[in-house]
Amino acid sequence: MSDATTPAGLQWETVIGLEVHCQLATTTKLFCGCPTRFGLAPNAATCPVCLGHPGTLPALNAAAVRLAVRVGLALGCELQTVSVFARKSYFYADLPKGYQITQYERPICLGGAVPVDLGDLTREFPLTRIHMEEDAGKLIHGERGTEIDLNRAGTPLIEIVSEPTLRSGDEAAAYLKELRAIVMALGASDGHLEEGSFRCDANVSVRRPGAALGTKVELKNLNSFGFVKRAIEFEVGRQTAALEAGGSIVQETRLWDEAAGRTRAMRGKEDAHDYRYFPDPDLLPLILPSEIVESERAALPELPGQRRARYRDALGLGRYDAEVLTADEETSRYYDAVLATGADPKTAANWVNTELKGRLDGRPLSEAPVTAEALGQLLAALASGRISGKLAKDGFARMCAGASVASALAAVGEQVSDVSAIDAAVSAALDATPSEVAAFHGGKTKVVGFFVGQVMKAMKGRANPELVNSRLLVLLQARRQPQ
Amino acid sequence: MTGNDLPTARIARAIAVAERHADLNAFLSLDAAGATAAAQALTRRLERGDRVGPLVGVPIAVKDNLVVEGMKTTAGSRILSDFQSKFTATAVRRLIAAGAVVVGKTNLDEFGMGSSTERSAFGPTLNPWNPRYVPGGSSGGSAAAVAAGIVPIALGSDTGGSIRQPAAYCGVVGLKPTWGRVSRYGLIAYASSLDTVGPIARTVRDAARALAAMAGDDPHDTTASREPAPDFTTTLDDGVAGLRVGVLDGWLDDDVTPGVRSAVRGTANQLASAGADVRSVSLPDVSAALAAYYVIAPAEASSNLARYDGVRFGHRTSVPVTSLAELYSRSRGEGFGPEVIRRILLGTFALSAGYYDAYYGRAQAVRAELTRAFLAALMDVDVLLGPTTPGPAPLLGELQDPVTMALLDKFTISASLAGIPAIHVPTGLERGLPVGVQLMGRPFAEATLLKVARTVEIHSGFERSAS
Repeated sequence: MSDATTPAGLQWETVIGLEVHCQLATTTKLFCGCPTRFGLAPNAATCPVCLGHPGTLPALNAAAVRLAVRVGLALGCELQTVSVFARKSYFYADLPKGYQITQYERPICLGGAVPVDLGDLTREFPLTRIHMEEDAGKLIHGERGTEIDLNRAGTPLIEIVSEPTLRSGDEAAAYLKELRAIVMALGASDGHLEEGSFRCDANVSVRRPGAALGTKVELKNLNSFGFVKRAIEFEVGRQTAALEAGGSIVQETRLWDEAAGRTRAMRGKEDAHDYRYFPDPDLLPLILPSEIVESERAALPELPGQRRARYRDALGLGRYDAEVLTADEETSRYYDAVLATGADPKTAANWVNTELKGRLDGRPLSEAPVTAEALGQLLAALASGRISGKLAKDGFARMCAGASVASALAAVGEQVSDVSAIDAAVSAALDATPSEVAAFHGGKTKVVGFFVGQVMKAMKGRANPELVNSRLLVLLQARRQPQ
Repeated sequence: MTGNDLPTARIARAIAVAERHADLNAFLSLDAAGATAAAQALTRRLERGDRVGPLVGVPIAVKDNLVVEGMKTTAGSRILSDFQSKFTATAVRRLIAAGAVVVGKTNLDEFGMGSSTERSAFGPTLNPWNPRYVPGGSSGGSAAAVAAGIVPIALGSDTGGSIRQPAAYCGVVGLKPTWGRVSRYGLIAYASSLDTVGPIARTVRDAARALAAMAGDDPHDTTASREPAPDFTTTLDDGVAGLRVGVLDGWLDDDVTPGVRSAVRGTANQLASAGADVRSVSLPDVSAALAAYYVIAPAEASSNLARYDGVRFGHRTSVPVTSLAELYSRSRGEGFGPEVIRRILLGTFALSAGYYDAYYGRAQAVRAELTRAFLAALMDVDVLLGPTTPGPAPLLGELQDPVTMALLDKFTISASLAGIPAIHVPTGLERGLPVGVQLMGRPFAEATLLKVARTVEIHSGFERSAS
């Protein structure tokens, strides 16, 4: 739904800009040595610096700068040789210093774009900027009142700000999915939505096509890509209805209420903070060392979009398989490792997407019961004809239960491709069921499947299925009574 | 080392003198037990023949806006009246590593905002030369502790003159290093881009020894310079022959007492006869510097002091509150004194949307222009010579009006804005109170500055005996 059509038939155009807060995958915080690990006891990962104690000063974490540079390079941004950290002032109980250290007038990256697959075409959604900043802490409202956990305070973030060129909730969701896959592929972020490593706010407005931008509303509490899509769609409906009715849009921040399926006003422009930004005198301007930029440029990995293109174009996979295999970094790494053993790309894709994913039943690839190398050896046995697909599945089941490839292959045995042995079993099956033979000759070709089953059963599943098929047809023809 | 020079004896004497001068209110806290234990440990090391630092057994006092683990740090404010830091400021840690012993924490104008130490939440400090006069500020407690002979070296902080001005009123040496020369880690921030940590000392040599121990980069303060820190004491007695000294005659025109004027002129003559090339230099009017300072410093202060909100540490109101906003306003309203509140309001306004360019932006432009002018002047001369203060110390209670108080800093603020090193050297008395001169130098050229200061000290013949 890229446009909302009004009852009068006039069109409204949706304008969306997204601000993504992405936690950088450093081991320590942006300005102190505290760990960034998730799930520690409240306030266990704090020190005088991130608690904002008197006399403390920030010391910039070079690893965070490196990751921000990596994301900037991957998204084709103009890296800024000089960027400046500023203070954004407001009072809140989760903000220890009374200001957040962030980049304001001079961010580390300008421009760039996120390439997004939209069905048949790939579109580049341009970026305004990427800047570095520290996260705030977390308030926990409970029976004992409100408690403060400052473990997250000072965690390094980048904020990736798009230009307002997205036109629908679907585009927004696709953009976010792609951006998340990219930062994960880069190792720049773990991308965990539920732990808040990848968060999004959306600025939404509507206008008549070609008209000036309408008044925008900022949407928050968008905790999943589905929420983003639904919140935007609700908001577009709300705004067009208001404008259709002759009303106007109030510039405000609205929260998405998933249970109610609607947005609610949170704070209006009159309550908007004056953040009183000014350059942080405790941090000298950040001068990017060219060694960092060049070493990051040289080490840039393949991005999900490039990988999808490789899977489709070089390996000949279908769009669906390419999509599923690149959905996360672990899956594509696993698939590439299976390919590295010499496996056929399509066979390997089927096995990873069907057999392996079926076994995992939603669990991550890190819990795969069979290594990529072992799966590759199994597929090699299949490709050489040593085992059939059926035996390969039996072997895979044994490997999932802990067996090595060698013992699994030994247990399932080799498939029988000896024509005389198969002919004997086929003849026995045909002899035992003359009525089905007659049915076949009467035109019911479907009974072939029945014969295959009988032969396989008799040969304990080891018969080469292709040979069984072809010998069956030959021997059935041979028994046709001359008219 | 003989009995009287052993750390235990020196520390015991310092504490006894401090207690005798308790009426000066120079100290907010004395740590007799901790200092005695540290002295005993140092004495044992000396007796064992262990290696010790160059400041072994030297009693020092620390301005109470530098945190020291195990002692209270109040910044002279009610809002931190019970605050104990979990770490020790880098400058203090390095002095302790050099063998110095902290005997106590000294009084100051709240968060360094003041020029008389009367704006402390814990009462004023008195001038050891005459208790009816202020010791200056904001490092008034440290200057008084040195002037009263309690300690030979005390740490101060200087944002717009807070080391040099009290040193002038108390007749001691006060050195503001180049911004970035000494780590600010552990200094409770007032205005970060101006704040410096430096020594107040009985002699130029002691100031040089303290600076040598403190200077150098610090992983905790990335604005601390990697510029090498030489041993500032080795070149102290090299003399001034051939050095070019620029006298700021323009600063002597008006509103300067005869004693201060003759201190500067007399010093210029002495330096000339000691072989220096002395000439007159003119620099921009100080009123623009003062105006820029009173925008930049409050702006940074309004941000630096936002963390005192009653949530994690410091004073929290005991009045039941119904909202977070009320917790903030009550805790801060009760915890901060009027001068601090005035500067927070001023700074908040200066940074507000719509006013930023007219105030903060413009003040930074003035600062940049002034810095250019000073650095240009310092291309032609090695040091600048001028007054530190317009006159000797004012009476207690005389400085009611904030503008009058601000004018006391008009000669010290320029070096703060330019980030260059500056030192006060006492040269004589006027109406029984000390006066002296200010020397300013190139960035990181403290060695030259100290060398000239040492020459001034020798030639002035000033007697340092207030008590």
